Amino acid sequence: MNNFFIILIHTYMSKLKTKSFLVTTILTVVIMLALTNMSNIIDFFNKGEEADKIAVIDETGQLFEPLNEQMKMINEELVLEKYDGNEDSARKAVEEGNYKGLLQLSLNDEELPAASYKAMSIADSAIPGDLQAALQQIKTAMASTQINIAPDQLEKLYAPVEFEKSALEEDAKTEEELNQARGLVYVLLFIIYFAVIMYANMIAMEVATEKSSRVMEIMISSVSPIKQMFAKIIGIGLLSLTQLAVLLLVGYFSVKQNLDNMEGGFFEFFGFGNIAGSTIAYAVIFFILGYFLYATMAAFLGSLVSRIEDVQQMITPMTMLVVAGFMMAMFGLGQPEAPFVKYTSFIPFFSPMLMFLRVGMLNIPFWEIALSIGILVATIAFLAIFGARVYRGGVLMYGKSNSFKDIKKALQLTKKE
Amino acid sequence: MVLQLERVTKRFGNFTAVNQLSLNIPEKEMFGFLGANGAGKTTTFRMILGLLDVSDGRIMWDGKPINYETSSIIGYLPEERGLYPKLKVREQIVYLARLRGMQKQAALKELDYWLNRFKVPEYADKKVEELSKGNQQKIQFIAAVIHKPRLLILDEPFSGLDPVNVEQLKEAVIELKNAGTTIVFASHRMEHVEEMCEHICIMHKGSPVVHGALREIKRSFGKKNLVIHADFDTSFLKEYPGVTKAKMTAEGIHLQISGEQVAEDIMKDIVGKGFIRKFVLEEPSLNDIFIEKVGDSYE
Repeated sequence: MNNFFIILIHTYMSKLKTKSFLVTTILTVVIMLALTNMSNIIDFFNKGEEADKIAVIDETGQLFEPLNEQMKMINEELVLEKYDGNEDSARKAVEEGNYKGLLQLSLNDEELPAASYKAMSIADSAIPGDLQAALQQIKTAMASTQINIAPDQLEKLYAPVEFEKSALEEDAKTEEELNQARGLVYVLLFIIYFAVIMYANMIAMEVATEKSSRVMEIMISSVSPIKQMFAKIIGIGLLSLTQLAVLLLVGYFSVKQNLDNMEGGFFEFFGFGNIAGSTIAYAVIFFILGYFLYATMAAFLGSLVSRIEDVQQMITPMTMLVVAGFMMAMFGLGQPEAPFVKYTSFIPFFSPMLMFLRVGMLNIPFWEIALSIGILVATIAFLAIFGARVYRGGVLMYGKSNSFKDIKKALQLTKKE
Repeated sequence: MVLQLERVTKRFGNFTAVNQLSLNIPEKEMFGFLGANGAGKTTTFRMILGLLDVSDGRIMWDGKPINYETSSIIGYLPEERGLYPKLKVREQIVYLARLRGMQKQAALKELDYWLNRFKVPEYADKKVEELSKGNQQKIQFIAAVIHKPRLLILDEPFSGLDPVNVEQLKEAVIELKNAGTTIVFASHRMEHVEEMCEHICIMHKGSPVVHGALREIKRSFGKKNLVIHADFDTSFLKEYPGVTKAKMTAEGIHLQISGEQVAEDIMKDIVGKGFIRKFVLEEPSLNDIFIEKVGDSYE
C-alpha cells in the first residue's frame, strides 16, 4: 500500500480509538438525544407527581365556579378545591402538605374580585401566575358588565392590531423563514466553530507529539514530510467527518422521531421544523473548506515547536482568527445584510462562517458564493504549498522555538543554500 | 564503491555546515564517521537520507541518487531516539516497517525474531513509555533494521547503554555487516569505531580532516606511543628530542613520539639508569589521531 494511505489510515484509526474522541462523541450524542427528547423527559418526571391542589376559600360564594372553569382552560394540571373550613385550618392543611397553596377570594369596594395567595414558598411563580391570569379574565368580564360594555365590544378592544411584514425582493425569505433559518444557521455555525478549533488543535498536537517524541526523524526518513502532512490532515479530516456524520444522523433521526412533541417554543424558534437541505449542504462545504484552511495552518505551526507545551502558544493567533470570525458571524445573525458581513464573507479566514451565514439567511447571487469559495480554495492551495515548505524545515528544527521568526528559519532549511 | 559523496557542501545562509566532503563508502563494510559535536555528522546523514538538499555536489547510491523511492533500502537510527510513547511496540514497529515498504506479516515475523534475539519477547505488547531507556533503544534499533536495509546509518547507536546491552547490540551490528549490509556508523566512542570499522572519516568543522582505511591512517600518522615504567626519575624525557607529548603517571611516563627511531634513542639513553619494569612501543590509538587532528578542544 502507498505510504500516504498507511499514514492516513494509521492517523485515522489511532485517533478514532482514543478515549477522548470516544468520550466526546458519546457525550455529544447523549446531550443531543436529551435535547431532542426534552419534552418526553419532562413528562416522564412529571408523571409521578399528583396534580397540584389549591385550597380555595371563596368569601363571595360566586367566584369559585367561573375561576374553576377558567383554570381548566389555562392549566389542567392545577386543581382547585373549594375549602369549607376557616382560614386557620386551611393554613394548617397547606402546612401539612395536603394543598400546594391557599387562595382566598373576596370582592373589593368596587365589587371587583380580589385575592390573596398563601403557600409554603412562593419560589414557584407558575402557580400564582396562572391563578392571577385566570382571575384577571374574570375581573375583566365583571368590570365590563359593570360599565356596560358588550362582549363583542370588548373583543374589539382587545383584538391585536393588524401588522404584516413582507419583503419586496423576489423569493426573499419571509419573516418566519428568516427566523427558522437563523436558528439552524446558529447551530451550524457553532458546530463549524467548535469542529474547526478542535480538529485544528488535534493536528497541531499530533505533529508536535511526533516532533517532541523525536519519532519524526524516523518518519521523515521514510516518507516525505509533505506526504505526511497531507496524510495527517486528511486522516483527521475524515475523523471529523465521521464524528459529524454520527452526530448529524443521530440528531436527524432523533428530531424526526420527536417532531410531534416539538411544535412551538424552542424548536420552532430554532427552525428544526423543516430543515433546509441546501443549508446543510453549504454547512458541510464550508466546514470542509474551513477545516482545510485551518488544519493546514495548524500543521505547519505545529511543526515549528519542539515541545508539546508550546503548541497552544503557537496556535493562539490562529485560534483568534477563528474566534473573530465566529464573533462577527454571531453579530451578523441579527443583521445579515450589514456591509461588514458582506465584505468579510470574502476574506478567506472568515468566509467559512460568514459566507455560510449569508447563504443560510439571505438569497445572494450565486457568483458571490462562487467567488468566496474560489478565494477560499486559492488560499488553501497557497497555504498548503507554503505550509508544506515550512513543515519540511520545521520538523528538523529543535530547540527554543515559539515565535514566528522560526517560519523564516524553517523556510531557509529547505532551501539549497 | 557503493555510497558516494562527491564534493558535498551544505550551507545554511552564511554558515557552511559541511564543506567539500567526498566519501567513498565500500559495500558490505562498516564505515566509521567521527567528529566532535557540531562537526557536521548529522547534517551529512540528513543529506544522505534526502531530508536536506545539498547546496553543492551530489550523493549517489549504486550510481543513482537517493530519494524517497529508495527509502526501503535504507535504515536509520537517529541520534535523538524517538518512538511513539503511547503506541505498543508491535503496532509501532509494524507501522514503521510498512512505511519502509514491508508487508505486515513479514514485519511481525521479523519483530519476533529480533525480540527473541534481544531476549525481550514480552515487550511486544507493552507501550514504549513503559520500557527502560536501554530497552527503548533496542526497540529503536529493531525499527531501523527490521526491513533488512542495504544501507544502515547508525548515529551514536550505543550511547546511554550499559555494557551488557552494548555487547548485545554490537554483536547484532556485526552480524548485519557480515550479512552484507553497508553500515555508516557515527560515534564519539573511539574504541567502538576502532574495533568495528575498516574505513573512517574524521570531520572537523564541516570538513573531512582524515579519511581512508584505518590501518593506513594509523601507519601514515607516524607518531607512536611509548610507555615507560621505571624506578628512577623519568621526567627528563619530557624535553627529549622527538617527544611530542608527555604525561607523568604514578608508575612512570606516557610519551607520544614522532617515530620508532626516537624510541630506540630513548632506550639507549635510559639503559643503566636503573631498573626498567616496562618499556612498550604502541601503535597510536584512534583517540590520539582524533585529538591530534581535531584539537584538544574536543571532550
